[in-house]
Amino acid sequence: MVDVPYDAVTDVPPAEVPEVDLYHPKSWWTQYVFSQDAKVIAIQYSLTATAIGLVALVLSWLMRLQLGFPGTFSFIDANQYLQFITMHGMIMVIYLLTALFLGGFGNYLIPLMVGARDMVFPYVNMLSYWIYLLAVIVLASTFFVPGGPTGAGWTLYPPQAILSGTPGQDWGIILMLASLILFIIGFTMGGLNYVVTVLQARTRGMTLMRMPLTVWGIFTATVMALLAFPALFVASVMMLFDRLLGTSFFMPALVEMGQQMKYGGGSPILFQHLFWFFGHPEVYIVALPAFGIVSDLISVHARKNIFGYRMMVWAIVGIGALSFVVWAHHMYVSGMHPKFGFFFATTTLIIAIPTAIKVYNWVLTLWRGDIHLTVPMLFALGFIITFVNGGLTGLFLGNVVVDVPLSDTMFVVAHFHMVMGVAPIMVVLGAIYHWYPKVTGRMLDDWMGKFHFWVTFLGAYLIFFPMHYIGLLGVPRRYHDVGEAAFIPSSTHTLNAFITVMALTVGFAQMVFLFNLVWSYFKGRPSGGNPWRATTLEWQTPETPPGHGNWGKELPVVYRWAYDYSVPGAAQDFIPQNQPRATPALQGAAP
Amino acid sequence: MVVALILLLVAVGSVLFHIYSPWWWTPIATNWSYIDHTISITFWITGFVFFAVIAFMAYCVFRFHHKEGRQAAYNPENKKLEWWLTIGTAIGVGAMLAPGLVVWHQFITVPADATDIEVMGQQWQWSYRLPGKDGRMGTTDVRNISPENPMGLKRDDPHGQDDVVIENGDLHLPVGKSVKVLLRSVDVLHNFYVPEFRAKMDMVPGMVTYFWMTPIRTGTFDVLCAELCGSAHAQMRSKVIVEEESKYHAWLEKQQTFAELSRRNAVMKATYKSGGR
Repeated sequence: MVDVPYDAVTDVPPAEVPEVDLYHPKSWWTQYVFSQDAKVIAIQYSLTATAIGLVALVLSWLMRLQLGFPGTFSFIDANQYLQFITMHGMIMVIYLLTALFLGGFGNYLIPLMVGARDMVFPYVNMLSYWIYLLAVIVLASTFFVPGGPTGAGWTLYPPQAILSGTPGQDWGIILMLASLILFIIGFTMGGLNYVVTVLQARTRGMTLMRMPLTVWGIFTATVMALLAFPALFVASVMMLFDRLLGTSFFMPALVEMGQQMKYGGGSPILFQHLFWFFGHPEVYIVALPAFGIVSDLISVHARKNIFGYRMMVWAIVGIGALSFVVWAHHMYVSGMHPKFGFFFATTTLIIAIPTAIKVYNWVLTLWRGDIHLTVPMLFALGFIITFVNGGLTGLFLGNVVVDVPLSDTMFVVAHFHMVMGVAPIMVVLGAIYHWYPKVTGRMLDDWMGKFHFWVTFLGAYLIFFPMHYIGLLGVPRRYHDVGEAAFIPSSTHTLNAFITVMALTVGFAQMVFLFNLVWSYFKGRPSGGNPWRATTLEWQTPETPPGHGNWGKELPVVYRWAYDYSVPGAAQDFIPQNQPRATPALQGAAP
Repeated sequence: MVVALILLLVAVGSVLFHIYSPWWWTPIATNWSYIDHTISITFWITGFVFFAVIAFMAYCVFRFHHKEGRQAAYNPENKKLEWWLTIGTAIGVGAMLAPGLVVWHQFITVPADATDIEVMGQQWQWSYRLPGKDGRMGTTDVRNISPENPMGLKRDDPHGQDDVVIENGDLHLPVGKSVKVLLRSVDVLHNFYVPEFRAKMDMVPGMVTYFWMTPIRTGTFDVLCAELCGSAHAQMRSKVIVEEESKYHAWLEKQQTFAELSRRNAVMKATYKSGGR
């Protein structure tokens, strides 16, 4: 197959584009608080997610203090430790990463990158945020209710999640389930918006295959989330019924602390299937936006088109589809029918192929580039390393029989933190350094940014890389204290203490980052409209930060793909998507 | 170029850590060394890919970082290269998956001569049951569980009367004999986990799960719970003692059967009712 020129699509003349009806704010309240502008909603989502994410960060320090120095901190007991890990996991996966990538970056970037004035349903978009905020408040309230938050682990496996041997059995679990239900309702409203906006509101000339990979990543992740979250929704409703009404969806006949319970006939494994039918796509709901964004960061800062754009798009779509048939690889030792192992191991390892293609194409984009080692580029490089590392350990856990000894050990904890904790956070941070100038009109401080990068990247790597080996040794996860066990050498405790020190150090670096965000807002160097000299539409807005309606009088018209960097013969090393190609008459006039 | 050097050091450092790590899997005590071999194959393949990708990336940063006058190449795609990389990756994936599936087939195929034993988990202790002289275990029902019958055996099942019941104690196993470990829980999920055995499986209330193994060396091994089961999850411990067959039988002789336990309980109950007379 020969190279196909990306601009085979004929130029679209700047025809009349019907003007959409925008809601125009009438007061301070409707402009900044109950705003229907996707950019304001994006910032609201981002700030809320960051705030609750900081709670989860503090929880991680507390659990690391306990693991590094067991018995030293009298205010952390076994129950609290379980509550910390549960809330940390749930917040980080759902309330921080999902909300930030889709509600934050999705809202800000989709309309700007596809050349729309706003989301298609601005009112529903606003509702989405306020329901999300309510979900966060309900979740945070569990810290203050009698019995505290649930300590069932973020997977909330029944029966223990709703029985009295687990902390937070009174209010914690009920409010957790209620909060998840609210989150899903809120997300669905936002998610429908993102999908319809990408499909319906692209400007003239913005064909699907000219969209930046950021939009492809967020779009595919949103479609997946709309299909996956309902599984968690029904599981949450059913478990709420089991807890409140005494139904037995997930509860078999059982004896608790010597007492015969009235439950009977339910299946704990059914919950696990529902949970992971949501839970595995969830990994990619977080990963795909990161894949998309990092592709754009690498391309812009290496001044080179992304390598193999079409393959990248198909890899995103393929990973999205495959991720719905791999869920039970989380359940190899759950007691499900053992023959499932053959199927799910095969699908899981197949998904490694499109994922590997993406990695190759990122590093091949660097090849013969003009690599500017800006802070966003550094974070992109950090992402590649942590993602390759975490992705490869996934080949251990996905390969059913290899998972048997490693399952439920610290190896799993190290793996998923590397691949869906550190790696996507690297992209989030890189993306903030990249788009902050568009949002505020000022650059983030470069020196603080580099300090932030090196401490975060090297620190996080030193936390999670050695942790794999604690798991390989056999130390189980979710233990507040490994206690006496003959197979654990005392050097393991030294390593645990080291990991704790690194965790606190990385935590400190995030404070520098927060300071940078605030300081640069007032004192940062003015950025101008397009500081990175990027091609995509969001950098071509008439105002920075973009005004209400994004584009002034005329919508932009797109003439080319998103990656015209260093085009031979061009006057500068980038050509914006909305720059018309030279007319045939002019070309003919050239000698 | 400092950045390129640090990236390369991360790759080299990771490999060196792997080689010199004092933290490694425990000496194996069952027939599942096949699993360890599969892990080793996976380490070799993934380790190679990890080093190659990071080293290539470090080289790119070293060779192509921005300098005055540098211009990036313009090459949107290269079908041939992309296909070769895809095929190469597929071969690597197949080289890990194939042995994995073969060993998984062994793992789920229980040999006919394996002896059934039972492990029962409850918050937060382990109980064990071994078949008696008849070689078969009696049936159980969670509804039968009471202080006198902690494992919920059916009283009218003749196979259960000679079953050896070890409540909240240690398990002994003869070396070299295959066992099918039947797993049961009465309350929440647990997971019977002995690191040296490599095999593990969740215990799920309402159903019986299993794995099989052949202990290959004698010794005393820690039993841990590997599935979160509530407040005292980390303290749910027991021991498995793998020993020579003669020693095992000597130990087995001293254990009480279900019938003996029931009789003792009945006597205790009668004594209590009669006020000790």
